[in-house]
Amino acid sequence: MRQVSAALLLVALTVGCASARAGQAGAAQSSPAPAQTAAKGAAGDSTSVDRPQYPSTYKRHPNPPVVIRNATIMTATGQEIQGGSIVFRDGRIVSVGTNVDAPADAVVVDGTGKWVTPGVIDTHSHIGVYAAPGTFAESDGNEATNPVTAEVWAEHSVWPQDPQIPLAIAGGVTTIQALPGSANLIGGRSAILKLIPARSVQEMKFPGAHYGLKMACGENPKRVYQNRGPSTRMGNMAGYRAAFIQAEQYRRRWDKWNADHQGDPPQRDLKLESLAEVLRGNIFVQNHCYRADEMMQMLDLAHEFGFKIRSFHHAVEAYKIADVLAREGVAVSIWADWWGFKEEAMDGIYENAALNQQAGGRPVIHSDDASGIQRLNQEAAKAMYHGRRAGIQVTRDQALRWFTANPAWVLGLDSIIGTLEPGKMADIVVWSGDPLTVYARAMQVYNDGWLVYDRNDPAHQPKMDFTIGREP
Amino acid sequence: MIAFLLAQTIAITGGTVYPVSGPKIENATVLIRDGRIAAVGTNVAVPAGATRIDASGKWITPGLIDGAGQMGLREISAVQNTNESALRGDEVAAAFNVAEGINPASMLIPVNRVEGITTTLAVPNGDLIWGQAVLIDLDGTTIEAMVATRSPVAMVADLSEGSKSAGGGSRAGVAQRLRRVFNDALEFSRRGASYQRAQNEQLAASAADLEALLPVLRGQIPLLAVANRRSDIETALRIAREYKLRLILAGAAEGWEIADKIAAAGVPVVVQPMDNIPSFDALGVRYENAALLAKAGVKVSLMETQTENSRNLRQQAGNAVAYGMTWDQALRAVTLAPAEAFGVGGQYGSLDVGKVANVVVWTGDPFEFSTGVEHVFIRGKEISLRSRQTELLDRYRTLPPKY
Repeated sequence: MRQVSAALLLVALTVGCASARAGQAGAAQSSPAPAQTAAKGAAGDSTSVDRPQYPSTYKRHPNPPVVIRNATIMTATGQEIQGGSIVFRDGRIVSVGTNVDAPADAVVVDGTGKWVTPGVIDTHSHIGVYAAPGTFAESDGNEATNPVTAEVWAEHSVWPQDPQIPLAIAGGVTTIQALPGSANLIGGRSAILKLIPARSVQEMKFPGAHYGLKMACGENPKRVYQNRGPSTRMGNMAGYRAAFIQAEQYRRRWDKWNADHQGDPPQRDLKLESLAEVLRGNIFVQNHCYRADEMMQMLDLAHEFGFKIRSFHHAVEAYKIADVLAREGVAVSIWADWWGFKEEAMDGIYENAALNQQAGGRPVIHSDDASGIQRLNQEAAKAMYHGRRAGIQVTRDQALRWFTANPAWVLGLDSIIGTLEPGKMADIVVWSGDPLTVYARAMQVYNDGWLVYDRNDPAHQPKMDFTIGREP
Repeated sequence: MIAFLLAQTIAITGGTVYPVSGPKIENATVLIRDGRIAAVGTNVAVPAGATRIDASGKWITPGLIDGAGQMGLREISAVQNTNESALRGDEVAAAFNVAEGINPASMLIPVNRVEGITTTLAVPNGDLIWGQAVLIDLDGTTIEAMVATRSPVAMVADLSEGSKSAGGGSRAGVAQRLRRVFNDALEFSRRGASYQRAQNEQLAASAADLEALLPVLRGQIPLLAVANRRSDIETALRIAREYKLRLILAGAAEGWEIADKIAAAGVPVVVQPMDNIPSFDALGVRYENAALLAKAGVKVSLMETQTENSRNLRQQAGNAVAYGMTWDQALRAVTLAPAEAFGVGGQYGSLDVGKVANVVVWTGDPFEFSTGVEHVFIRGKEISLRSRQTELLDRYRTLPPKY
C-alpha cells in the first residue's frame, strides 16, 4: 500500500507489498464447497490436525428479498443485459434477466440508469493486517523475523475495526484475500474474508475457503535478510527448496501415521503443516513475483515439489511469458499501471492484463493497496482501454471478470461468487453509471444479500469504532 | 527564459477547444507558431505552409500540469542512487535548488507526457525546509531547456507530521523553529556583513540558506507548505500572515474543514483527490476535499504524488469530479490553477494567444479511461508518442519476443 502522503512528493517507501509485503496464505480445506454447506467444515482440516482450528463463525445477515429493476446488468458470464432485473433472497441469486418474477415481499430497488455487477473481489489486500492509521501499533503484516514463517496466519493479525474496511466496501468490494507481507520467502497463510462489519475475524472468514500461502520472490526477502541470508536470488531459491524438502518428509510421516496409527502421532509443526497442505493441494500458493525470469524459476520449483502456483501476484512482467502462464494455468494478479517504484517493477506496461487475456491466461486486477482497492473497477477499465488502443481485443465482460470471476477462481470460490447467476451468493454492486468509467460510484453494495452499503442512506454506511466520535 | 528550439507553424483544426480561460469552442482552430499559441477560435486564418492537424471530433486542452512530483529527480524510488531530490543532513535546505539534479533523459518523462502531462513541478524532499522547487516542461535535452520560465517557483517547507523531528518532536517546535529561521533571515538581510565576519551569535541556518529565504520573505517567491491536519493548516496561515508570505498549501487533507478560512486568506491549495485513508496526520481526509474547497472559492490545483505515474493526474481529476467538483473546475485544477499558483499563469495553463504552446489533442474527455492521446505539443513541438513502455509492448506483443 502506498500511504496517504502527508507530503506532496513523497512516494512512501514503506509501500505495501510493492516494497515489503505481498503474501498469501491459505486456508486449508479440500475443495470449494457451496458457501452454506461449507460453513460447518470451516477451515483448518489439515491431515495432521485432529481438532477445529479457528473455524469461521460467519453467519448470513438476515435480510428481505430484493429485486433490482430496470438496470444494466453485467453478469460476468458474457452478458450485459439492458433493462434487466435481478432477484435475490436468503443470500442467493434467484433470477437474472429482462423478465423475472419478484416475490411479493421483495424490496424493490429502481435501477434506472444504474449498472449492476458482481461484488468486487481483491486477491491481494493487506487490509486488517496493515490497518489505518498506519502506525507501528497496526503494523501486523510481516513477521520479518525469519525468512520462512509458514506457521503464521494472517487472520491472527487482522483487526476487524480497520477503518479501511468501510472505505473498501464503499468501493464495491465484497471479498478479499488478506495476505501477510512480502518480507519473507514464505510469509504465512492468508485469510479469505467477507468484507463486512464484524467483531472478530472469524465472523468474516469465508466459509470453506482455501487458505493461501504467501510466497515472495526477488528484492524484498533478499533485502530484508541481507545480513543473515538469503541475500541473493539464488539464496531465495535455496530457502524455498529447503523448506519444501522438510515439508515432504513431514507429509510422509503424517500420511504413514494416518494410515497405520502405530505409536504416537508425529510431533506437530505449524510451519510444516502449512507447507504439507500446499503439497496436498489444499492450500493455494499465492506468489508475489515481479520478473518473468523469476516466475519461470518458481514454476520449476513448483514442478520439483509437485504443487501448483494458483496465482502470481504483481507479475509486472507476466506479459513476457503470457503463453507459459496460460499453459500452466497460473493466474496473474496485477495492477493496471504500477511500475518503476522499484527495480524489479521497471518493465510494467498498461497492456499486461490485455496481453495475458489474449494469450488465454487468467488476469486479475488486484490492489495491494487500501486506496487502490476502492477503485478496482477503474483500474480494470484503464487496462482494458489501453489494451484496446494497442489493438488487443478485450471485451467489457472480460474486463469485468478481471475483478470478479477471475479473482474468485484464484481464491477457489468461483462456484460460489464472482458472477451473477442463479444459485450464486448475492454479492452485488449497484453502480451510479457504467463501472468502466471514472465517474461511476458504488451506490449500493450487497454482501450475501445484506445491504452493507448505501451511499444515499447513512443507516447503511458502516463506520468502524476508530472513526466514530471524531467528526470535526 | 523559455527555450524554443523549433520555429514551426501548426494548425489544429476542427476540434472542440477547451481554452480553460473561457468556455469551450466547437469546431475551432488552434494555431501554434514559434512555440506559442498564435490564435484560437472559429475564424482563424491558417497560413500557407502550416502543418495541418485534423482534430475533428477531438478534444483540445492545454497540456496538463502536475502540481507535485519529482520528475527527473527520482528514477526508481527504491534505488537510492537514482534519487536526487533530498539534500541530506540539512534540515533547513533553503538554498537547495533541485534543478541541476534533473535528468532530462529520465525514462519517466516520455511515459508520462504521452498521456498528456506536459509540465510538472520538480520538488525537493527533506525535513523542515526542503528547498526550491522548479517547474519543468517534459521535453528538452538539457535542464535549461526544460525549466519553465523562472526558477525556482516555490520554496518548500513541511508543517506536517513529517517534519516533527526537525522541531524536536513537536509541532510547536516546528513552528517555532520556522519562525526563528525567518527571523534570522531578516536579521541576516539587515546585518549580513557583520554576520559574515562571524561577529554575531550563531544564527538558525547557514548564510546561504538564510539568504535564499529572502525572496520568500519579500513575497517574491511563494512558500509551498505541506500541511494536512486542520491545525497545521491554521499554523501555516498564521505564519504566512505574520511574515506576509505568499502561501500555497500542499496536501491540505483536512482543508475542507476550514475551506472558508483558506478562501478568505486567498491561499491556493494543491490537493490529491484520491487520498482518503486516515492517518493521525489527517483523520479527516476524504474524497470530497477538492470539491468542498473549490465550492468555498479556494483556488484548487491537483497533484499526483506517484512521480512515475504522474499520468494518473487525469484519474485524480476524474475522481474529483465523481466526488463533487465540476468538470470545469477539475480541468482548471490541472492547468490554469497550478500555473497561476506557481506564478506562471501569464505563460502557461490556458489556450490563449501568446502563451506557451503546450497542447494536447484527445479522443474525448481527458479524465476518462476510454480516451486516448492523439497529439502532444510541448512548446509548439510535436512529441513522439513513444516511450520505453511502448517499446516493451512492441517487443512482447507476440511471443516469442522480437530481440
